[in-house]
Amino acid sequence: MKFKGGIHPQYHKVTADRAIRAMPLLERYIVPVGQHIGAPGEVIVEKGQEVQRGEPLTRPAGFVSVPVHAPTSGKIKKIDMYPHPLGRPQLGIELIPDGQDTWYEGLKPVGDWRTLDADTLRNAIRDAGIVGMGGATFPTHVKLSPPREKPIDLLILNGAECEPYLTSDHRIMLEYAEDVNEGIGLMMRVLGVTKAIVGIESNKEDARLALAASRPANLDISYELLETKYPQGSEKHLIYALCGRTVPAGGLPMDVGVVVQNVGTAAACLEAVRDGRPMTERVVTVTGSAVAQPENLLVRVGTPLQDVIDFCGGLDDHTGKIIYGGPMMGMVQFELDSPVLKGTSGILCLREDEVSQFEGGPCIRCGNCVDVCPMFLVPAQMGVLVERSRWEDLGDYHVTDCIECGSCAYVCPSRRPLVQFFKRGKLEWREHQKKQEAQEKQEVQESQL
Amino acid sequence: MSTPIKDNIAVEKLIVSASPHVHSGMDVPRVMRDVILALVPGVLVGIWYFGLDAARVLLLAVIGCLLTEWVMARLLGRKSPIGDLSAALTGILLAMNLPSGSPWWMVLLGSLVAIALGKAIYGGLGYNPFNPALVARVFLLISFPVQMTRWVVPQGLGTPLDAATGATPLGLAKEAASLGKPLAEAGLPTNAQMLLGDMGGSFGEVSALALALGGLFLLWRGHIRWQIPVGFIGTVVLITGLAHLLAPERYLSPLVHVLAGGLVLGAFFMATDMVTSPVTRRGMLIFGVGCGLLTAVIRLWGGYPEGVSFAILLMNAATPLIDRYTRPRVFGGQRRKLFEERG
Amino acid sequence: MLVPTAVLAGMGLVAGLGLAAAARVFAVETDPRQEKVNDALPGANCGGCGFAGCADFAAAVVAGKAGPADCPVADDTARQAVAAIMGLEVTAGKRQVALVMCQGDDSVAKPSFRYNGQASCASADLLGGGDKACLHGCLGLADCQAVCTFGAIEMTEQGIARVIPARCTGCGKCIAVCPKHIISLIPEDATIHVLCANTDKGGAAKKACDVACIGCKKCEKAFEDDPRITVSDFLAHVDYEHAPTDPSLVDTCPTGALVFRDMRNFDPDSPRERS
Repeated sequence: MKFKGGIHPQYHKVTADRAIRAMPLLERYIVPVGQHIGAPGEVIVEKGQEVQRGEPLTRPAGFVSVPVHAPTSGKIKKIDMYPHPLGRPQLGIELIPDGQDTWYEGLKPVGDWRTLDADTLRNAIRDAGIVGMGGATFPTHVKLSPPREKPIDLLILNGAECEPYLTSDHRIMLEYAEDVNEGIGLMMRVLGVTKAIVGIESNKEDARLALAASRPANLDISYELLETKYPQGSEKHLIYALCGRTVPAGGLPMDVGVVVQNVGTAAACLEAVRDGRPMTERVVTVTGSAVAQPENLLVRVGTPLQDVIDFCGGLDDHTGKIIYGGPMMGMVQFELDSPVLKGTSGILCLREDEVSQFEGGPCIRCGNCVDVCPMFLVPAQMGVLVERSRWEDLGDYHVTDCIECGSCAYVCPSRRPLVQFFKRGKLEWREHQKKQEAQEKQEVQESQL
Repeated sequence: MSTPIKDNIAVEKLIVSASPHVHSGMDVPRVMRDVILALVPGVLVGIWYFGLDAARVLLLAVIGCLLTEWVMARLLGRKSPIGDLSAALTGILLAMNLPSGSPWWMVLLGSLVAIALGKAIYGGLGYNPFNPALVARVFLLISFPVQMTRWVVPQGLGTPLDAATGATPLGLAKEAASLGKPLAEAGLPTNAQMLLGDMGGSFGEVSALALALGGLFLLWRGHIRWQIPVGFIGTVVLITGLAHLLAPERYLSPLVHVLAGGLVLGAFFMATDMVTSPVTRRGMLIFGVGCGLLTAVIRLWGGYPEGVSFAILLMNAATPLIDRYTRPRVFGGQRRKLFEERG
Repeated sequence: MLVPTAVLAGMGLVAGLGLAAAARVFAVETDPRQEKVNDALPGANCGGCGFAGCADFAAAVVAGKAGPADCPVADDTARQAVAAIMGLEVTAGKRQVALVMCQGDDSVAKPSFRYNGQASCASADLLGGGDKACLHGCLGLADCQAVCTFGAIEMTEQGIARVIPARCTGCGKCIAVCPKHIISLIPEDATIHVLCANTDKGGAAKKACDVACIGCKKCEKAFEDDPRITVSDFLAHVDYEHAPTDPSLVDTCPTGALVFRDMRNFDPDSPRERS
């Protein structure tokens, strides 16, 4: 099935044929404590302490929380505020490697996932610090723990990689097809489902072939090619495209019996259980016209931005923008020390002359945004409401259902910063709701007196 | 090894914005340019039939609109928006809606009204509720009914300035009806003449063929949606067709209604004005049907022979309401009641 | 001619009587003082008091839910008038005005990147805290100016907001919208101010902005005991309850974050303020 709306940007997947290469050890790493959605963990190491690769540096603080691990062996130089990809400085742990790269002896293979029970697997996944690698960085063990009242009958694997430029999932599916497949089996076992579907955009047919060729016996996994269209990788649209179910507005995939995981996350889960290896590195596509040698790199979590780019031959003098993630939803970077996180799927560097600048002209009501919005919203009117600070009307326009895919802003002839409008609008609308609830509560109290 | 980036990248020069970081490349001047391009065949046919006098009106209107735009921007302390070509487009559309023999002062006055009263006072492009060119046309029609209905009989490129005048086909039909004469004696041009544009009328509205060609170009470029022109013309055909079936001696055939007058110009270029028409597909269809309904009613039973301008202006006023009630249902949302209480 | 006239007159009579009757029967009892209070108020309808406009505030005053001094806009005369109507004593409150606690304009504050997006401080703040190296300073995108109903805020050519005290009524709307929380209400007669909100360590603050407060405590130490300016979180704070008055205090500040500004004679166009 095809979803309505969406856009066909230029794909620029120039690194699709470049095999994954590992980066050499560096002279320092900065490991932010908060790398996932949910509470950041509590730091359990001290300044000056010697740590080994894979040694936990934090302890989860609550259920929706995972630890971070040392990317290599070495000495902790400082625990302080460091640049963070999300924009504002956050608590981070600076590690000076000793060059030995010895693994932490506390790490042991958990065993064969085919014989282990769901709880053991879930705990292993949490202890390995695994989060959604597609960029949303939601802790994986939480997604694999659906509540009893939401029965799950289908696991969907997101291999769409609909963001232009990015090829990290593509390479993982090609080069680690067996690990991905086994990881899928592992997740199916945790969820107790018998069926899994991998959704892959039609521009990556080789990845589908590679996965299908190494499909484990006795597992019902199918590999579906999807139309190459943005945002095919959006959870709700992927589910709709693969099995025709519609996640209710404001709901989650589990409301329709589905759990969605990224293909890279599947491989990471397998490594955590089979080898006992926590998440200390990930595949990052370093790309864009401003990068001298675009590559798919295996990068340690905590590697500063400048080291990755220097390894790729440096940047054009007229670089205008550096982005973590893809060009449609990625986060802009402005600190050269900003470290690679577990959710950093790509580093995109654009020359100044190809950066599309917002101009914030008036809406000419052309309706292009309405045509492309995959959530069937009316961005034109929502944008005007935000500009006029009419927060109270935004709920009526379902601003909270916006997935911030950016399709509207991509086609806007007035180059209005629509996604920025809606990010702000969501915050203000929630604030407005809170105020109203408080007021109602107060009125009830007063009437009781 | 190449230069480390900390030596060649000045961080404060990096651009920071919210996503997305790429763009389709479509911008307002390009949209306007495409619309202007689509009007070229209609303009050329107009000049072909009405002579250089038509070109004079066109030039005056475009200059008048650009000038007014510049002056208004100056007065209101805004950045001059001439580069977005929207004022030039308004000028072209206004000219196409005027008789080729319009006196120079009337064209300039129309331009002034279109840009100043039709657009600038509302806040400029994007904020005007009514189609500026039509505001001006209706203003002129009410203020100067004689000059606005002095239709020159087309005599080709060399049409003299003091050429003979006659009525538009729709005017002829209305006159015949009021005199109680049968339509056959009204002296209408042939269908082929009307298709090509060889008839009296505003200089830009005469050739249905040339205008439809431009309209198709806009549809192909994605600047207009089929809902408005199809809804508009379809409804006019339906209603005038019914009337014609019931009383062919009193009512013109639907084909004449499409070919004569400003229907094609209105349906493809005026009603589809982005700013003043709905943004949703369903809304566009309702808007088009509404325009068609009003046009047919005015033409068949109203005092004016032509009703396209009035119909579009009236529907412009309904646009906010239409937009409000035709919002699509959000992905995964519940079916919404039409008149839901606002929470 | 006669009949229609009579009919219309009759209809008018009936309708008029009906309205008169309805006004009697459904009359809402209002305290007559409410209207008087409403008349005595400034009528700005700014909402600075927290009520929905002046009429609502007047009702609250009559109901005893608000006092005359709760209207931030009213001057002393107006407050006295309201108090007289209600038979209350009013403690003569000092007039308060808003002050932007930042002078880090483009000439002194360092940029951290080039911002491209909506011209709104609150939206820009969501992108890494805005384009200034100082994460506490004024972003200059005029959210405060946009909400000020009194035209009391202007943006300087160098890109920061400035309150014109003479026009400020102290309604507090700008304080609520500023995402950096750097606008404060201060007594109009205070003259010594710390125009900085940077709580970073001295070195970092100085690197981000030439006129940052670096928390050196030189101003605090200028007081022998009972300092009227105290430093906490690397930032000096003026005690506006007991505001210092000595203009020479300003000379103790090595960065220029401590300034002398008389709100009652503030001339935004004077060369000193322009610099």
